[in-house]
Amino acid sequence: MSVILVFLLVIAGFAGWWLSHQRLTAKPWLEQGLAGDFVGFDRSALPTAKIGLGVFLAVVGCLFSLFTSAYFMRMGLPDWQPLPLPRLLWLNTGVLVLSSVALQCAVVAARKGQIDNVRLGLATAGFTTLAFLVGQLMAWRQLTGDGYLLASNPANSFFYLITGMHGLHIFGGLVGLGRTSIGAWNGARPERLRLSVELCAMYWHFLLFVWLCIFALLAGWAATFIDICQRLLT
Amino acid sequence: MVDVTPADAIPPAEVGEVELYHPHSWWTKYVFSQDAKVIAVQYSATATAIGLVALVLSWLMRLQLGFPGTFDFITPEAYYQFITMHGMIMVIYLLTALFLGGFGNYLIPLMVGARDMVFPYVNMLSYWVYLLAVLVLVSSFFAPGGPTGAGWTLYPPQAIMSGTPGGQDWGIILMLSSLILFIVGFTMGGLNYVVTVLQGRTRGMTLMRLPLTVWGIFTATVMALLAFPALFVACVMMLLDRVLGTSFFMPAIVEMGAQLQHNGGSPILFQHLFWFFGHPEVYIVALPAFGIVSDLISTHARKNIFGYRMMVWAILAIGALSFVVWAHHMYVSGMNPYFGFFFATTTLIIAVPTAIKVYNWVLTLWRGDIHLTLPMLFALAFIVTFVNGGLTGLFLGNVVVDVPLSDTMFVVAHFHMVMGVAPILVIFGAIYHWYPKVTGRMLDETLGKFHFWVTFVGAYLIFFPMHYLGLMGVPRRYAELTDMTIMTESARHLNSFISIMAFTVGFAQMVFLFNLIWSIRHGRGAGGNPWRATTLEWQTPQTPPAHGNFGKELPIVYRWAYDYSVPGAKEDFIPQNVPGDFAPSREPA
Repeated sequence: MSVILVFLLVIAGFAGWWLSHQRLTAKPWLEQGLAGDFVGFDRSALPTAKIGLGVFLAVVGCLFSLFTSAYFMRMGLPDWQPLPLPRLLWLNTGVLVLSSVALQCAVVAARKGQIDNVRLGLATAGFTTLAFLVGQLMAWRQLTGDGYLLASNPANSFFYLITGMHGLHIFGGLVGLGRTSIGAWNGARPERLRLSVELCAMYWHFLLFVWLCIFALLAGWAATFIDICQRLLT
Repeated sequence: MVDVTPADAIPPAEVGEVELYHPHSWWTKYVFSQDAKVIAVQYSATATAIGLVALVLSWLMRLQLGFPGTFDFITPEAYYQFITMHGMIMVIYLLTALFLGGFGNYLIPLMVGARDMVFPYVNMLSYWVYLLAVLVLVSSFFAPGGPTGAGWTLYPPQAIMSGTPGGQDWGIILMLSSLILFIVGFTMGGLNYVVTVLQGRTRGMTLMRLPLTVWGIFTATVMALLAFPALFVACVMMLLDRVLGTSFFMPAIVEMGAQLQHNGGSPILFQHLFWFFGHPEVYIVALPAFGIVSDLISTHARKNIFGYRMMVWAILAIGALSFVVWAHHMYVSGMNPYFGFFFATTTLIIAVPTAIKVYNWVLTLWRGDIHLTLPMLFALAFIVTFVNGGLTGLFLGNVVVDVPLSDTMFVVAHFHMVMGVAPILVIFGAIYHWYPKVTGRMLDETLGKFHFWVTFVGAYLIFFPMHYLGLMGVPRRYAELTDMTIMTESARHLNSFISIMAFTVGFAQMVFLFNLIWSIRHGRGAGGNPWRATTLEWQTPQTPPAHGNFGKELPIVYRWAYDYSVPGAKEDFIPQNVPGDFAPSREPA
């Protein structure tokens, strides 16, 4: 359970940093009025939707940390036989990076108000993301074709489970991307469109980060890395 | 003393008005409503309805335990199904949903001075997904093989084997699906509660001016958002084990002479995941109760809460600590003794902030102007009950004491006192307190007193003897104990007595329900602020609060939530949105 604890430590650190800026040592019983007008102690200047997405991403991060924790615990048991990762996954990773880059370009374009480039970025991101999902399904087919079935070994089970979960999250993101695209083509208000595009980009970058982590995990590098860390510590 | 200039009549300029969704038809106003207050009532009604099912299940269990062999229809399988569904419904579908979905939805926007939750549409979805989860859960009663009988902890491997009711039928599948749906629905709601507290606060409502109720619900929601994924992961993996034959949790097993296809899985892994959710869950239920009880005591003792800052810090400390104590539920799983030592230590440390809270409640009462209203009675009963349950928690937190007691009725008594009876007493107190705001009418006092005394005394008569039974060694989880030597004559009589008390307390809840429904039309009119309370929900222009909560302009907050009996003030309470300085060192305003 160490992975999830480390993750929670990061969350706790962030929460602690935020709380330390909230005057938790104030003595509210002595402070009447809009004392010194607590500007900066009210709400954050960030858009509410972004904070909402941030909290949601923390939950998603928690979910994948827990899968990782379970992965490491189950991996220690004797019947674990790692499966060879299809080389297709490298291509998929590249495609997902591309979609993240495309969305980042869309964000830059939206900030400059170049609606054509926003549309281009959104469309590229949509197609590359779909390509990623198709690529993941092909990787699954390749593995099942080679006899690495879901139930035949826990390593396989975890592979399908974690990649499937990640794919579902990407798929859910496509709904948001779709709505943003509809707005981009039907002339949504520029500031609203900018926010939607930024939210999409934030989600995509995070899921790309999650994918890189689980790719490292499934490829076995994460285990090697932790092994090295443990040796250094002992 | 901090020198503060009294700020009068500051124009509500910088408060950003939100675009509020306005319903257009009866359907969008009362059914598919995006108004947090309607959603709160929907959540509460659904939770109460499913809670009644759990109540009936507890009666059926007590019928069997109190009068074994008398009722033929309660087979051992049926008993396990009752026990499982009772536990699961109470912990998740009633307590969590009622505290966060019910009270959270109603109180957060009103108390922080917002017009609604920040994402009303997602909030509405949250309720409907929750309702779907409840329906899936209920459907398992009618599925072939009945609901699962795996115990509320659903430990594998037994949970998905043919020896357990529902293990190889639909029961366990529906249970796991329902939990997954619940978590999805809760996450939608939880995002709202957290972000509304962060971003929805009105001008002047700093974090340290929030009522403790909001602090409790806020912290509990953050914890729930981080803890429920563990249950989600456990449920998904067990569902795969059961449906697709993977071996996440299932070791190699020979069942009825046949080797199952599972191999090498780890049941302990499930226990870790389950309790990583399961222990924070205790505090997810307790923290809102802590917060609410602080406000009830302060309001009804006409005194500011003692040690507000310490109360906030204690809530945060408990929230953080509760993530590193989960394995104290697993002492009997054969863990490394050093692990046990670590978790026993953290478990005992968590008693420190908890004790601080108890002391502060008592010190708030000290020399207060205590009005023994119904909310106050329930709040007092909560303190006593929580201390009682907490003390047995200190017993069970120690490995050496826990190991012999773990499988006895002592544990049943402990967790019912601390996370069953105690939070439910707060729920009752809170309902008596806020019902006038929700409906505009008071609940009937006489019926309420009857409800209180039967529930409070009855709950003690049910659960105190269970400690004794547990110390005698009477095991839990057994459908039938008649022939065991441990079941002496007196133990059997005690069991019958407990059962009769359980029926009595259950009956009192029917009186309460009658009161709830009867008072909607016939209760005494309450007015806007019957308890003369300071928090913003009592300062709304209409009661019940209209759509948008606060008339044309949002209130501005000038003070904390606990200005009761301020020397020099005209009345014994100063609402949070009243400007002016009434500090003792100054001239009376």
